[in-house]
Amino acid sequence: MVWNRKIAYINLTTGKVKTKEISKSLRKQFLGGRGLNMYHLYHNLKAGIDPLGPENLLLIGSGLLTGIPALGAGRCDIAAKSPLTGAVGDSNIGGFFAPELRFAGFDHLMITGKAEKPSYVWINDGEVSIHDATHLWGKDTFETQDQIRSDHNDEQIKSLVIGKAGENLVRYANVRTGMKNAAGRTGMGCVMGSKNLKAVATRGTMDVEFAYPDKLLDYCSEMNNQITSSRWARAQSKWGTLIIYSNTNTTGLIRTRNFQLNLLEDGENLEPEVMDEYTIGMSGCYGCSVHCRHRYVLKEGPYAPIFGEGPEYTSLGAFGTMVDCKKMETILIGNHLVNKYGIDTLEVGGIIAWIMELNEKGLLSEKMTDGLNLEWGNEEVVFELIKRISMREGDLGNILADGFLPAIAKIGKESEYYAMQIKGMSNLHSDERPTPSLALGIATSTRGADHLRSRPAIDLYGLPEELLEEIYGAPMSSDYTSYKGKSRMVWWQELLYAVTDSIGICKFQTVFCAVNAPKFEEFSKLIEYTSALKISKPELMEIGERIVTTERMFNNREGFSRKDDKLPERFFKEPTPLGLPIIKGKKIEKEKFNSLIDEYYSLHKWDNNGVPSEETLQRLGIENKQS
Amino acid sequence: MQKFLFINPENCSGCRICETVCSLHHEKVCNPTYARIQVIKWESSGLYIPIVCQQCEDPICETVCPMGAVFKDETTGAILIDYDLCVGCKLCVTHCPFGGVMISKNGKITKCDLCDGDPLCVKNCEPKALQFIEGTAINFHKRRVAAQRFSELMQKLLTAT
Repeated sequence: MVWNRKIAYINLTTGKVKTKEISKSLRKQFLGGRGLNMYHLYHNLKAGIDPLGPENLLLIGSGLLTGIPALGAGRCDIAAKSPLTGAVGDSNIGGFFAPELRFAGFDHLMITGKAEKPSYVWINDGEVSIHDATHLWGKDTFETQDQIRSDHNDEQIKSLVIGKAGENLVRYANVRTGMKNAAGRTGMGCVMGSKNLKAVATRGTMDVEFAYPDKLLDYCSEMNNQITSSRWARAQSKWGTLIIYSNTNTTGLIRTRNFQLNLLEDGENLEPEVMDEYTIGMSGCYGCSVHCRHRYVLKEGPYAPIFGEGPEYTSLGAFGTMVDCKKMETILIGNHLVNKYGIDTLEVGGIIAWIMELNEKGLLSEKMTDGLNLEWGNEEVVFELIKRISMREGDLGNILADGFLPAIAKIGKESEYYAMQIKGMSNLHSDERPTPSLALGIATSTRGADHLRSRPAIDLYGLPEELLEEIYGAPMSSDYTSYKGKSRMVWWQELLYAVTDSIGICKFQTVFCAVNAPKFEEFSKLIEYTSALKISKPELMEIGERIVTTERMFNNREGFSRKDDKLPERFFKEPTPLGLPIIKGKKIEKEKFNSLIDEYYSLHKWDNNGVPSEETLQRLGIENKQS
Repeated sequence: MQKFLFINPENCSGCRICETVCSLHHEKVCNPTYARIQVIKWESSGLYIPIVCQQCEDPICETVCPMGAVFKDETTGAILIDYDLCVGCKLCVTHCPFGGVMISKNGKITKCDLCDGDPLCVKNCEPKALQFIEGTAINFHKRRVAAQRFSELMQKLLTAT
């Protein structure tokens, strides 16, 4: 049965491997993927450990639904204590790795210790072994995957790999699979590098048994029809996430020049239609009927030829709007470079935009610039910085490779004001000043500034209030600039995403940007048809609460609290200079925002300092582990 | 009129839903290894090609079968195996130029049976890389694609002068 599948405990120091079945009670409490990873992280890690030490864990988990032919059910969740933030490290990756891991007989991996020399873990049809990766060390993420396939003479091997950024312990190095899939956030690639772990490769031909295959087949077709009937999915199928730009760069919900303007002037060359020139087709992850990734070819220029996948809206911000570059080719090259080096596109883009603004404001000494011309719109310096940071080349590259907080300490206190980060992690290039709900989400996210933890994107649609009440279960304003009821929106989305990440489906195929997408009710049926476990909507929401509260407990134990659930000061001080009349002139009002946080805590049944009460812990069955 | 499983690789997004629904329907488990259809990928150049039995008009598998176990279902057009006759010699697997006949669990010879005339892979292929359509429609489709290319060329010539 699908719920009692295996976890492998892999100790890189001793080379020992143990395997165990996952218990039904754990499944019912945490499902799989992110949920189970968070359980393991909270219970198996001592407080205060060095994230780059051998005692840190690297957790890799498929979701409970991984493998079904619907809703992009190929997601894999990777977790550890984050070397970037010191808080929960957790990142979700699509592609084809997680189903292959299941076909190889495992659902979860817990990797501990540190290998003596570069190594990779090989998982094949029920067997786990550790191999020498000396010949892979130094290779980029594409070459590494190719070499592993060639070594085992099997084209169908799927690998999670790190590039040079992970090897060089860049604190926001990512984990990559395929041409573009990345577990980008919180530095999981850095944790792999610290363990001398170049890759986890897998190939499987074993069955994944589902409880009711015929019912599941019918229902998967229904699910795929449900998601592809949404306008959002149809737009995604053609333009990918780049379509978001058409909205945000019209309304004024986008950051340009770090955080100076909220529209990109003359930005028409970044419109999604421009991609037609480079696109040869779209590409989907496992089990996805939306296929939101471009397959593109760049034939000319100094970096050509490039074949790549993407780019995401994130990269459009990172190498476009935030650094004031206005050509699609810049985005395509930037996307290729971060994929090759294995570094988080969002973090590196955020940090480059910050350093450019510091340069403009005269807060960077000439020595500090390392001879680079850090002017806005200089695409060559963007590419150069991606390389220097990934390779830790020069003083500047080396300083920026450690992330915002250590860099602020080295560059100077004044630089902090311009750093658009929360808990040490960069925010997306979205401007949340006009939208309190979105601002609350990034402030309270357990992994630092992030739009994939609780963002109620449908708030931007101005939906009828009756519909909002039906979805979120309480009255709230349909005006996205209002504070009314928005804490509940964020709380509800946070629970939904925690469950989504634990069953292993794609966030774009639940209520993120599409109102009529599958949510708790549909998940409940899918769980029953795959595992025979009956978990109702209220129970699923409680599982969401359990996962988020476990993350909260982990963070609190590491010294985080309400003081860290904050926005950059600029959100309160500088009103938006541009945009639609409803958006222009907006900033976040501190008192109202504090009330939002209060409400959000009380929905979670945490106290005023963001600490879960004993009663909450008991209700959710979470042990109060303080060490 | 007879329908055919028509593959248009240009539309394939590589999601492998076809493989999964095939294995769930035929084997009642999720295991693409035993799917009758498989998407062959050249990941680093973005080429995805679904491969499945072509249901030949003059099937080589039928020709080489020493037991006469291969036959055509006249209603669906599917080339099928009579398991009462099949001895599992695998000559059909050896000689099929497409990998359309395959060795499944426990050495059983198997192949695409067009799901009794309503192929699930087609039903679930959102980008329509797989279609189950009449021969005449295929002809028209191919000609239309060719004409499209021709018209693009004509446009270029016209604008050049």
